[in-house]
Amino acid sequence: MARWILTAWLPLVAVGCASAGGTGAGAAPPSPATAAPSARHSFERPQYPSTYQRRSFPDVLIRNATIMTAAGSELPGTSILLVEGRVVAIGADLAAPAGAMVIDGTGKFITPGLIDTHSHLGVYAAPGTQAESDGNELTNPVTAEVWAEHSVWPQDPQIPLAVAGGVTVMHVLPGSGNLIGGRSVTLRLLPARTVQELKFPGAPHGVKMACGENPKRVYASRGPSTRMGNMAGYRAAFIAAEAYRQRWDSWLANRRGDPPARDLRNETLAGVLRGEILVQNHCYRADEMAFMLDLAQEFGFTIRSFHHAIEAYKIGDLLAAHGTAASVWADWGGFKMEAFDEILENAGIVHAAGARAIIHTDSPDGIQRMNQDAAKAMFAAQRAGLSVSRNDALRWITANPAWALGIDEWTGTLEVGKMADVVVWSGDPFSIYSKAEKVFAEGYLVFDRLDPSRQFMTDFNLGQTAPGVGR
Amino acid sequence: MTGLRYNLSTVLMTACVVATPAAAQTIAITGGTVIPVAGPRITAGTVLIRDGRIVAVGSDVAIPADAILVEATGNWVTPGLIHAATQAGLGVRGLQGFGERIRSGDVTPAFNVRDGLDPHALDIAVARTGGVSTGVLGPAGSFVNGQAVVADLAGGTVGEMLIRSPAALVINLTSAAREAGGGSRAGATARLRDLFRDARTLEARRGDWTQARIQPLSAPAGELEALLPALRGELLVVFQADRDLDILNAITLAEEFSLRALIHGGVEAWKLAPRLAAAGIPVALTPNTSIPSFDGLGARLDNATLLREAGVEVIIAQNDSGGERNLRYGAGNAVRNGMSWDDAMHAVTLGPARAFGLAGEYGSLEPNKIANLVIWSGDPFEFASAAERMFIRGREVSLRTRETELMERYRPR
Repeated sequence: MARWILTAWLPLVAVGCASAGGTGAGAAPPSPATAAPSARHSFERPQYPSTYQRRSFPDVLIRNATIMTAAGSELPGTSILLVEGRVVAIGADLAAPAGAMVIDGTGKFITPGLIDTHSHLGVYAAPGTQAESDGNELTNPVTAEVWAEHSVWPQDPQIPLAVAGGVTVMHVLPGSGNLIGGRSVTLRLLPARTVQELKFPGAPHGVKMACGENPKRVYASRGPSTRMGNMAGYRAAFIAAEAYRQRWDSWLANRRGDPPARDLRNETLAGVLRGEILVQNHCYRADEMAFMLDLAQEFGFTIRSFHHAIEAYKIGDLLAAHGTAASVWADWGGFKMEAFDEILENAGIVHAAGARAIIHTDSPDGIQRMNQDAAKAMFAAQRAGLSVSRNDALRWITANPAWALGIDEWTGTLEVGKMADVVVWSGDPFSIYSKAEKVFAEGYLVFDRLDPSRQFMTDFNLGQTAPGVGR
Repeated sequence: MTGLRYNLSTVLMTACVVATPAAAQTIAITGGTVIPVAGPRITAGTVLIRDGRIVAVGSDVAIPADAILVEATGNWVTPGLIHAATQAGLGVRGLQGFGERIRSGDVTPAFNVRDGLDPHALDIAVARTGGVSTGVLGPAGSFVNGQAVVADLAGGTVGEMLIRSPAALVINLTSAAREAGGGSRAGATARLRDLFRDARTLEARRGDWTQARIQPLSAPAGELEALLPALRGELLVVFQADRDLDILNAITLAEEFSLRALIHGGVEAWKLAPRLAAAGIPVALTPNTSIPSFDGLGARLDNATLLREAGVEVIIAQNDSGGERNLRYGAGNAVRNGMSWDDAMHAVTLGPARAFGLAGEYGSLEPNKIANLVIWSGDPFEFASAAERMFIRGREVSLRTRETELMERYRPR
């Protein structure tokens, strides 16, 4: 039995496929796990596997649009063909297959579906009652054992609003009250009855870690109450995880006798040590991020992305050297001391330093206008004289987040063979006046601004809410 | 003592003293696309400023020989934007524990935020980078929060900044007021009626009150007296209300007590658009509000558009974590959601100026108005554009901030 079995069914599939910077566009994503292997032990059986299935829809040809691929080019007067959920052709003169939906793209812009690396949709669902506040397990500074997906409410009415903003994939994390808050999950945004139907097949789990003010405030009375206490807390957790991993590795090597006792907290952290679970680290200050990079080095893992990273611009070189992305806001800041040094050029400077910049939202409102946040950051960077192209800025909300979530092999750019996660914009997505007009999720038209019957409502919406997206 | 306070507040309320530069200075801004707001846009227009006021606006303005020329060809020139719901200057950015907007107690109408206003606060400079020249600075809290002031976002002292104090009485009718009502909205409105009636009783029977020949009042005399300017229709009442029933309660209270009212929030105001239009009640809102809550299940992105179409005076008061500088993006998003560009520009300039009784001197580029204006690199609502230069009371103000210095320190060379 391979080592990977320790974590979960999904991550194990993902690890094989979602290697960083994968270039194998067109590789088939793993199909959803269906039946449990006839295994003796719980850890060998599927762990809440994805049941997502591509929704069927006719083939789609969008003609004569400006196609922003996020893979380097912006192609005016170009067509794109989507067949069975895949991008099959991008070119000047494409023919529509029989039965295809043909869309006149004149004046329209086409981008990949947007991806938010930092969302709490579902775990902090609208209408915002305490009863649906399920994002922070504030019972222990380390709760690596909890999984955000077990808190997600798929009827959150914020989901269709985000879709109307062109978002096709989001990463839902536990909150930042804990040093290690638990596993995060990568979800599609679709009408669904269960969370499993939304889980992006093959996406590895993440783990949410948090620096700074939040954990030390939450646990002030029992500790950690200081930043040094925070550091001691991470280290103690990973020291325990190292021992746990070794115990399991030796048992798995010969499988003699009973397996060691499962411990969900250590199972998650051992997954981090094996590189199967991606670390998503809420961390604001440059000096703290530098310590977290050292922590990762001490225990032999990497941090996939810092989140919020208000001061990422101060350590662009470090981020580039460690291969760690920075998921940042376009313009939030000042709301707490560790957010004091916010600047609009954060993403631009990180990019200029050769590191991966990402614009994330952490907001059910902001996720509706990710294109606008990318525009704010792009123009601020350009005004500061930094070399940031439109393609670069588009990658901040598409290809780079796809990489940070380990799904870049399948989505995040418009290239032949990639999933047909596609947004048709009414105009330049970097203009404030443009709207997402049509949104395709693996080829399925999940939102059409021009057709109310294609604007899905959650159960919560029925009979009581206004059409939030307006006209 | 209370009589003195009463007189003082009347004086303060009616005072609208704007300090303009002592030294005579004439500035001619030429060549830009001028958006006067009060009239059609002028291509290659000139705005002439003297001694802090606008002297002339047009396409063939004679430029005096002593004028300082400001070349604005290719740029857009607009009035300084007016933010109808800002907290810039009331605290240390948004830092928790440093706010200056709350006084303990749920009925504090005499509380005026003025003395906590810091002209050197970082977020004042940041607000200016978004072309915001003027702000309505209000209290926060739970129920009858107190008095808002209006200030220009420049000046070395509060006195120099202030335009009007008080400028409005702020009352919260959202679900946050339920607690003040003992657990219900109806309790909150009943309490408000008691307060208004007692304020009138106090005014009518001051002698009896001095001699303690009066039933106990629902609030201290000083607080009740602070309600009187509103009850005389002299002081605007800003009702924070999102749900249709809260907005309706505000309309009813305004009619019952002859109040001049403004709705702030107004998530479901579109449902009451004809009533609001008929009552002449403006609505200050955030155009991006779309998420349903039990304080507004009817949230929809075209709220501003629907209100404007019904003839309501709409004020855009964008309030997001990016700060006051994003007011212009609130206006741009209103356009995205169906409002006309001109209406959106009105909603961040002349609209708020009218609602707060400042339109004689603020909100448009017209002769005799205070020279608050912004020179933009292009369409002010677009991300591609930036405020390039800005004048407040005829003086050029800095658009550099602490953020600029951080950026310059860390920007790769």
